[in-house]
Amino acid sequence: MDEFWLAMVTAGSLIWQLDGDLWEIIGLSLRVSLTATGIAAFLALPLGALIALGRFPGRRVLIVLFNALMGLPPVVVGLVVYLMLSRSGPFGVFNLLFTPTAMVIAQVILVLPIIVSLSREILETLWQEYHEALRSLGASPGQSLFALLWDGRAMLVTALLAGFGRAVAEVGAVMIVGGNIDHVTRVMTTSITLEASKGNLALALGLGMVLLLLSLSINIAVYGFRYIGGERRLA
Amino acid sequence: MKETPQILPVTMAKVSVRRGDKMVLKEIDCQFDTAPARTLIIGPNGAGKSLFLRVCHGIVAPDQGSVRWAGETDPRTRARAQAMVFQRPVLLRRSARGNIDLALKIHGLDAAQRRSRVADALDRTGLTRLAHTPARALSFGEQQRLALARAVALRPQVLFLDEPTANLDPAAAHLVEDIVRGLSETGVKIIMTSHDLNQARRLAQEVIFLHRGRIKERAPAEDFFKGPENDLARAFLNGELLWWRRRSVYDGLGGRTADELGIDRE
Amino acid sequence: MKLRFIRCLLIAVLVLAGRQVAAAAPFIILASTTSTQNSGLFDHILPKFKAASGVDVRVVAVGTGAALRLARNGDADVLLVHHQPSEEAFVAAGYGVARHAVMFNDFVIIGPEADPAGVAKVKDPAAALRRIAEQGAAFVSRGDDSGTHKRELSLWAKANVDVAVHSGTWYRETGSGMGATLNTAAAMNAYTLSDRGTWLSFQNRQGLKIVLQGDQNLRNQYGVILVSPQRHGHVKFRLGQQFIDWLISGPGKTAIGGHRINGQQLFHPN
Repeated sequence: MDEFWLAMVTAGSLIWQLDGDLWEIIGLSLRVSLTATGIAAFLALPLGALIALGRFPGRRVLIVLFNALMGLPPVVVGLVVYLMLSRSGPFGVFNLLFTPTAMVIAQVILVLPIIVSLSREILETLWQEYHEALRSLGASPGQSLFALLWDGRAMLVTALLAGFGRAVAEVGAVMIVGGNIDHVTRVMTTSITLEASKGNLALALGLGMVLLLLSLSINIAVYGFRYIGGERRLA
Repeated sequence: MKETPQILPVTMAKVSVRRGDKMVLKEIDCQFDTAPARTLIIGPNGAGKSLFLRVCHGIVAPDQGSVRWAGETDPRTRARAQAMVFQRPVLLRRSARGNIDLALKIHGLDAAQRRSRVADALDRTGLTRLAHTPARALSFGEQQRLALARAVALRPQVLFLDEPTANLDPAAAHLVEDIVRGLSETGVKIIMTSHDLNQARRLAQEVIFLHRGRIKERAPAEDFFKGPENDLARAFLNGELLWWRRRSVYDGLGGRTADELGIDRE
Repeated sequence: MKLRFIRCLLIAVLVLAGRQVAAAAPFIILASTTSTQNSGLFDHILPKFKAASGVDVRVVAVGTGAALRLARNGDADVLLVHHQPSEEAFVAAGYGVARHAVMFNDFVIIGPEADPAGVAKVKDPAAALRRIAEQGAAFVSRGDDSGTHKRELSLWAKANVDVAVHSGTWYRETGSGMGATLNTAAAMNAYTLSDRGTWLSFQNRQGLKIVLQGDQNLRNQYGVILVSPQRHGHVKFRLGQQFIDWLISGPGKTAIGGHRINGQQLFHPN
């Protein structure tokens, strides 16, 4: 229990001092995971919509596949991306291994199936409810899709947050493809792993609490954004 | 605003619809024109009334046969001349006025036109003070009125209503009936399903009796309610027609329990 | 409303994605071991090398086995590990230019304060391990193909104990780094083999202490190897060689010898 209180104190002093190194690590964590979530969303939302509304052979296979991929172990993704980006791998010439870009790539792969599956589920449910009314109004496919995205925005934002949560919390993939290099690819989770392996449990837990706080503030920010956007009135 | 295309007459020719391996609409031949202003489609549950309406409206394509709207076969070209109110109001996650506004936007109206039509439609349905309430926070009766307001705002030539009062209390149902009657008097063709015979008596100028996917009788309301020619229709009016059990019409109710007869309890 | 929402999102993504990594300085990738990193050595010596040369050394710390693999794939420029036979095989296979002995420290056998197996009574590490096996006292192994793990296995072989058959009973393999293994040993109050560097900088000792040290068989030799530019044309061999030269020269040796924890020197330059 002592460790726990010590961790609380450490977390407090970490935040209080907020030195350059910690700031850098937090910044990189945010940058990598937000970029990964952004790119994944950019690819996954249209894909989710296509699977939700489209009727084509192999659709069910895709649904099951993406649902299964939500459970991809980060370490496996890390290894695959490592093999791709390694100097001995097919994309070695791009020299991306042990860079933040490599970490973004790995996290995009981790986050994509989550956003695809959740957004598909959300849009499909809405579509079942709306499609007769929209067809009755003579809405074009584009108008229909826009109405679905807009009406589902609160839930879709939650899907994005779930994706971001996975990205910012995973360590297996970024450890392998980033290498946990100080000042270059060290993020919150790899720092936590490193400190834990040094036996610095209080510092590791303290960093964990900072990460939790970070995650919390992002969720609060998104919630506030929705609140201002009038979501609450229309929920 | 673009000229609203003509839609009447609506003609269904040998229309059949299959669901699974069962035919739920069978070779429907039917035409609707401006008069009479209000046609009620009645029949027992499972007769295919809702589906009939959807096919006629163009949101469900028939498996066989064709539907033409003033000769046109593509329903999308005629979407702007017709509207539909569903049994369960389908409202989007917006304010009451936002729901109407979106429908008008889809129909391509500009902001000024939309504003005046929204105000007019809310006024006609008595929803003006609820304009900014989220649609989903309205009571069920208010939601159905909003769905009706949305349809009204579109100024359709034909308005389809699928059991619009099925889930409403009598007062709310009367309000909806009044609005529908008022609309028909301004020249809107009403095609409406109902399983409520009293409502049919109040509203109908013409009745279509549907049974197991077939039109069994189509007659002016007065004649129909006086004495239908079809034996099934007569049984239905007497409250003796039980769905799927045509036999029971001839056997009478003689001693059977409701369960045995498969009475629908909806 | 809608547009504002989407625009905000886009801008946020772009701003975050657009920022470039500031590090424009020349750098090399050094594949090394977790034990070396955990000892804090790199934090101590790399700033000195950077000051002298202007070159950044980016350390990727993994187990010795994984480090060798990284280097073999050409994903590192320099290799700094501690398992001489593997290092020599690496050079012999043409993946490395040459192996230089850099520094050494020693392994220590860590165990519970009470020392239930009586390890402290013997001097020979193999004999000590045999006592642990005879008593069935809990022993935590790295089990991760690291330099420390390889050394531990060779000591068991010397002690004539086949640990594989005991795995899961008193012999526990964690399959993780030195620090994680020490955490496990601390939690189980078990024996384990650790390098002195990690042990000295380890903070979560609880009831553990050094029970055996100082034997010739526990010497832990580190070697540094430049990855062969003949194998991997992109290897930064000039910068890599510069780093190796510095490590084995006077200033490098002084830097290595100067790394202390609680006044204790962790590594001895060769």
